[in-house]
Amino acid sequence: MAKAKGAIVVDVERCKGCQVCMVNCPTDTIGMATEVNGKGYHYAYMKNPENCTGCTNCAIVCPDGVITVYRVKQN
Amino acid sequence: MEVKEIIRPENLVYRRTPLMTDANLSYCPGCGHGTVHRLIMEVVEEMGIQEDTIGIAPVGCSVLAYDFMNIDCTQAAHGRAPAVATGIKRLWPDKYVFTYQGDGDLAAIGTAETIHACNRGENITIFFVNNGIYGMTGGQMAPTTLEGMKSSTSPYGRNNATMGPPYKITEMVAQLEGVHYVTRQAVHKPGPVRKAKKAIRKALELQKENKGLSLIEFVSNCNSGWKMTPNDSNTWMEENMFPFYPMGDI
Amino acid sequence: MKELALMKGNEAIAEAAIRAGVDGYFGYPITPQSEVMEYLMLQKPEERTGMVVLQAESEVASINMLYGAAGTGKKVMTSSSSPGISLMQEGISYIAGAELPCLIVNVVRGGPGLGTIQPSQADYFQSTKGGGHGDYRLIVLAPASVQEMADFVDLGFELAFKYRNPALILTDGLIGQMMEKVELSPQKERVTEFDQSWVTTGKTKDRERNIITSLNLDPDLQYEHNLKLQAKYKSMEQDVMFEKTECDDADFLLVAYGSSARICQKVVEMARSRGKKVGLLRPQTLFPFPSVELARMARKVKGMMAVELSAGQMVEDVKLAVNGRIPVSHYGMVGGKIHSPDDVLNELEKKYIGGY
Ligand SMILES: Cc1ncc(C[n+]2csc(CCOP(=O)(O)OP(=O)(O)O)c2C)c(N)n1
Ligand code: SF4
Ligand code: SF4
Ligand code: SF4
Ligand SMILES: [Mg+2]
Repeated sequence: MAKAKGAIVVDVERCKGCQVCMVNCPTDTIGMATEVNGKGYHYAYMKNPENCTGCTNCAIVCPDGVITVYRVKQN
Repeated sequence: MEVKEIIRPENLVYRRTPLMTDANLSYCPGCGHGTVHRLIMEVVEEMGIQEDTIGIAPVGCSVLAYDFMNIDCTQAAHGRAPAVATGIKRLWPDKYVFTYQGDGDLAAIGTAETIHACNRGENITIFFVNNGIYGMTGGQMAPTTLEGMKSSTSPYGRNNATMGPPYKITEMVAQLEGVHYVTRQAVHKPGPVRKAKKAIRKALELQKENKGLSLIEFVSNCNSGWKMTPNDSNTWMEENMFPFYPMGDI
Repeated sequence: MKELALMKGNEAIAEAAIRAGVDGYFGYPITPQSEVMEYLMLQKPEERTGMVVLQAESEVASINMLYGAAGTGKKVMTSSSSPGISLMQEGISYIAGAELPCLIVNVVRGGPGLGTIQPSQADYFQSTKGGGHGDYRLIVLAPASVQEMADFVDLGFELAFKYRNPALILTDGLIGQMMEKVELSPQKERVTEFDQSWVTTGKTKDRERNIITSLNLDPDLQYEHNLKLQAKYKSMEQDVMFEKTECDDADFLLVAYGSSARICQKVVEMARSRGKKVGLLRPQTLFPFPSVELARMARKVKGMMAVELSAGQMVEDVKLAVNGRIPVSHYGMVGGKIHSPDDVLNELEKKYIGGY
């Protein structure tokens, strides 16, 4: 079966570090950065980028709408 | 495959809708208001009705909803959004008119306007964000605050005997003849978000068909008011709010 | 050809509204003005012109319906009487803050509280000084005849749109219930073009989104907004309207509006027949107030008397205009009672004319 491979882009400066995306990622892709953004929030990032399937779960639950998702089909 | 190779325009599967403005949301981290705004704007975008949509912002944390939604908006006095929407819709029956209201706004100070707009069957959509508290003013008790739940004006927990019990205005208005579609949704997890978006689409499509009033209640978190982390508030909401405010069509 | 009709003041307002091409009326019944909505409903304006008439669940709802509808640029109005107008004040403040044009009619009754359904002019302060919270003003028109009840509907909308400000017709049950001959103006078309620079009718591709709001969280912006509003209110002076009766050679001046002015017209006749040089200045706009003209008159007459159906409200504006140059007194009736021309003349003689 074709397996999807994905990636997310977090708009770091808009991220409020709420962690809602993190707990809703089924593949444990997301972690919170140890550094903070300009507003002082530990922003979300791809801790395990190889896991991402591009399922969009993180993006649709992000209250601030700061995640963009990409996906390719792989054989 | 390299991440760089994946992040290409042709692979884009989800982006922030351009119907959300560039303004930073004024909400606390993890607050459901932002998600509800975005879902409404995604549906308006997908239906291609931006030019014909007028939103009414309430008084509450979402008072600035008009800053975030890239549509024409009117900001209403506390509780009066359904009357404001009535005025607009009666004169512009072919436009899509919706209100966006909190639980204090809709179920306390605006009860009369809510019930009568529902009863007249105004052909509008009400988006009702129930977080069981007055978020904006600093976490006071709302008509929806659960029994025993602490707030700044019920610091020892809501006492139903002296403060009255919480009530379900959504179930109440569902009884009214003018109300066509009533449903209760949530936006804290991917599954509920997808369902909630379908409900929003259905409500706006019913408006096009002149079916009468539709109301969608979103049971949502107020992590600041509840004094919890966002994820804890979502868990608390599932465990405590959902049993009293059950999900689904009413 | 002139179209004449014999009508009550309240009915004249309703008929004039239809003819003015008003798009929407939202109201709630209250004596002594229920005839406005009753007349509208009987006339089936949705068939005559497409005008929407909706009975709301309260005055709170009607004023907020008006707010929403006014934000779309259409011609909309409501009418009520004192307790109902009190209930509308938050909404009126929002409408003024958001700078929306609309027409509000107050057929005043005696207060405070539920008061009486009899005529009164005790809502002058509420009407001309704001009424709700914040520094704002309404354009206030004071008809003194059934003809003016009809004419001021058109005038109210004209000024409301000119300044993007709510206009208020301040009248009472005396004029509202009075039957007089009235010349009706021809039917106007309802407006179909709206000023896209501010109306909320849906964001089209060729313009930015429009927002109707009275909120500015930034105090600097709210400061600027208030200054702009004050400048606008000041500029309204150019539209001040008043009527003078027997003022040219007057030694004493009565100042009265609306129903009191009707009574004072009789007083002037009576005084003149006794050889007493009494004149009447009747403000037709209470905001803007004819202060400049009163200041001018203060150089010519020996005294002024404000006559009102209140304990003394407009008299304060007369005094401000006259600024101590000559004596200004007040004669009023309260609680729904009406003074007779004799009462007013006696008071005037006692106060000023004496051994004249
Ligand atoms: C007439 C009036 N009364 C009270 C307030 C103060 N006030 C502002 S927001 C609010 C409560 C809002 O709570 P809710 O509708 O639940 O919205 P939330 O902030 O929780 O989203 C109150 C009481 C007001 N602005 N206007
Ligand atoms: S849900 Fe959005 S705002 Fe919250 S941490 Fe994730 S990316 Fe940041
Ligand atoms: S797209 Fe899916 S798999 Fe990828 S980070 Fe988001 S939730 Fe996780
Ligand atoms: S106070 Fe509550 S409702 Fe308001 S933004 Fe914060 S979390 Fe959301
Ligand atoms: Mg709330």
